[in-house]
Amino acid sequence: MTVGGARDRNWRYRLAAQRGALAAAAIFAIMFAVYGAAQPTGLSSDVVNTAANKGALLALVAMAQTVPVLTGGLDLSVGMIFMLTNCLASVIVTGSPVMTILGIAGVLAAGLACGLVNGLIVVYGRLQPLIATLATSAIYFGIALALRPQPGGDVNGDFADLMTRSTYGVPSSVVLIVAAVVLIWMPYRNSTLGRAAYAVGSSEQAAYMSGVPIARAKLCAYTLAGLFAAVGGLLLTCLTYSGEARAALGGDYTLNSIAALVIGGTSLFGGSGGVVGSVFGAFVMRTVGDLLVVFNINPVLQPLFVGVVLLFAVSLGSLRLLRVRNKLDLYR
Amino acid sequence: MGEGASDPLLRVEGVSKHYGGVRALEDVRFSCRAGSIHALLGENGAGKSTFIKILSGVVQPERGRIVLGGMPVSFPTPAAAAEAGISCIFQELSLLPDLTVADNINIADPLRRLGLIDRTQERRRAEQMLARVGGEDIHPAAPVGQLPLSRQQLVEIAKALARRPKVLILDEATSALTAADVAKVFTLLKQLRTEGMAIVYISHRMHEIAELADECTVFRNGRYIETFAAGTRSDDAIVEMMIGREYSSAFPPLGGTRREGTPALAVRNLSWAGELNDISLEVHPGEVVGLGGLDGQGQRQFLLALFGALIGVEGTIEVAGRPAKIGSPRQAKSPQLGLALIPEDRKNEGLMLPMTVRENLSFAALETLSRFGRIDRKAEAEQLDALVRQLAIKSDGLDGPVAALSGGNQQKVVIGKWLMTRPRIVLLNDPTRGIDVGTKQEIYLLLRRLAQQGTAVLFYSTDYDELIGCCDRVAIFYDGTISRMLQGAELTERNLVGAALNLSSAGERPASNAA
Repeated sequence: MTVGGARDRNWRYRLAAQRGALAAAAIFAIMFAVYGAAQPTGLSSDVVNTAANKGALLALVAMAQTVPVLTGGLDLSVGMIFMLTNCLASVIVTGSPVMTILGIAGVLAAGLACGLVNGLIVVYGRLQPLIATLATSAIYFGIALALRPQPGGDVNGDFADLMTRSTYGVPSSVVLIVAAVVLIWMPYRNSTLGRAAYAVGSSEQAAYMSGVPIARAKLCAYTLAGLFAAVGGLLLTCLTYSGEARAALGGDYTLNSIAALVIGGTSLFGGSGGVVGSVFGAFVMRTVGDLLVVFNINPVLQPLFVGVVLLFAVSLGSLRLLRVRNKLDLYR
Repeated sequence: MGEGASDPLLRVEGVSKHYGGVRALEDVRFSCRAGSIHALLGENGAGKSTFIKILSGVVQPERGRIVLGGMPVSFPTPAAAAEAGISCIFQELSLLPDLTVADNINIADPLRRLGLIDRTQERRRAEQMLARVGGEDIHPAAPVGQLPLSRQQLVEIAKALARRPKVLILDEATSALTAADVAKVFTLLKQLRTEGMAIVYISHRMHEIAELADECTVFRNGRYIETFAAGTRSDDAIVEMMIGREYSSAFPPLGGTRREGTPALAVRNLSWAGELNDISLEVHPGEVVGLGGLDGQGQRQFLLALFGALIGVEGTIEVAGRPAKIGSPRQAKSPQLGLALIPEDRKNEGLMLPMTVRENLSFAALETLSRFGRIDRKAEAEQLDALVRQLAIKSDGLDGPVAALSGGNQQKVVIGKWLMTRPRIVLLNDPTRGIDVGTKQEIYLLLRRLAQQGTAVLFYSTDYDELIGCCDRVAIFYDGTISRMLQGAELTERNLVGAALNLSSAGERPASNAA
């Protein structure tokens, strides 16, 4: 194999590994182009900003969901950590700049703590992630409700404005997502614990025999989920200038985060995928809603349309089944 | 064996391990010197796997001592064993299918730069290791799950070597490798031996043991039997030590079948997906026809095609003289056709591992055991008891999980399951791979008896002795088609090898298939 040939194969392998995320990005690009074209004023800065802000919320929760799913688990509490950190932010992210910064740190720490608790229960309690996080989601919602029995509270105006505006046409929420990917996800992915997470999801037994630090990998994954969800909670507070503990909203975000992750090409069995795909998956889902408004379709039908898009995206992944010639491959 | 080699590098004494009521290991001892290859022999169920798992930290012994380099050690986890310098190449590969080859090789001992994984260095180490084991054709960025089994096994070996272990354990590490790969691995092992590594080698292939081993140890039924220098015992004597009873390596006598009347199975011009090309073959009732040739020439796919597991098969198949369209295994096993397939991978394709022996045995014949959708338990029990006795399946009762049986007994369950459907034609896909010697004998006898009762048997094997000993005729596969048919006096190892490599010699009969 010539050096040039090897490099060429290398690119092909790297591309194949990113297939899911690229497909989701392509779907999003097409949908957003249609959306922009249908706007009376075209793709103005305001339009882009609103779309970005709404999409970023789900994107962050989807990023949170992705990490435990990579280990072959599931986190049903991400929506509630999102709620809890939103309520907490509406209490402590106020006042002078110093207080605000301390408040932000406190919110992120709360997210980390919630994630860590999830991880400890899954790893040391040896409970199935589905059950464990179902239980903790109720606890986190309870805490959120205790913080904000009624919707209300406030957030530092300058901070909120900074997070929700656009600078030279680039929405801050997009910058926030990019920062989360570059500063948190990429170092994690290239760390031994990040690779260990993929290993655990790919085959926990083989990972054990290979000496992979399974407990630490899972703990880190669930904790990171809490962090991403907390960033989402902060952004929500900036958008709504308040904190609200609404069970239905938390549940919605959790389920939608799973859908976004699937559209983005992450496997629910674990071992493959990544947050970049989930981000695009989240934006695809949000854009569906916007497109319905643009085409004057009854908004009540939005869940139906989102479901259709989800089904379509998942089917794309199944297209390879049509090329199967050996039925045993279907069952491997 | 070099000087100063008196003190063994690895010494194990008095190790015992029980699983519930089953005694997996009882007071075994073992020792291996640095710079030597020590073969560990024993039937499936003798305790070799448990022993390996203890040495590599996957399970903990209840009693006993392990001494490595003069220091007593214990391994609570596989990571601890690896840290101490013991590397194991498992029979069930320990590879992570979604990760790349380079990731897998480096996973236990990552190379880092500034706290993050240094992928360039890791890739370089992967390439070095791959070159060392003869796998230069494997691309480090390929996802391991997409590689064929033989390449995966090479990656597993490369991964074990990446940590530069002091003790290397190979558990059936060459079972899926091609002959060329095996030769390269053997050269590597001999090289590692001169470099001072202690190597423990487990294999069922006597010729491999003969070529590699300096010393041999035999386990039987969880107990240590004997250690001897290689070459000081005959093959038959070794097998007797392993199975604990008299043994002769002769095959059951061939039936001398006359091929007349309607063939049980007649295949004409069968083709599939470019891998099978224009195959024509006839098998008569009572005949045992073997499929030979090098690995990967289409033999396995041919059997799958006959059993209805492939899509897009062209050509005609006739069963008992009537044309048949075999669209699925369900159709294939129906009483009208009466086909049965003993598959290649018994764990994934032949058994439902979490289910009991009883449930596994009755699965294929469930329709005959039930009335109006309800299973007739009494009829089931009678037939199963008879079957278990006939096949001598050793298990802890019929209601234990089939996963607890040894490999040989598991294979008997798979065969038993299909015998219950009273098939007309039995297809076997390398049935004795990884099976101990004692069970192999029983399977040969069984096939011979089936043939005597009028069943047609079509049987793929990678073992030349088996093909010669069991089959009336052997069809050699080359490049997806039958290149030559050998029978009678022509059926020798030399001709099998020659035909497999598609060498032609003067005066031979050209490939005339259905004749």
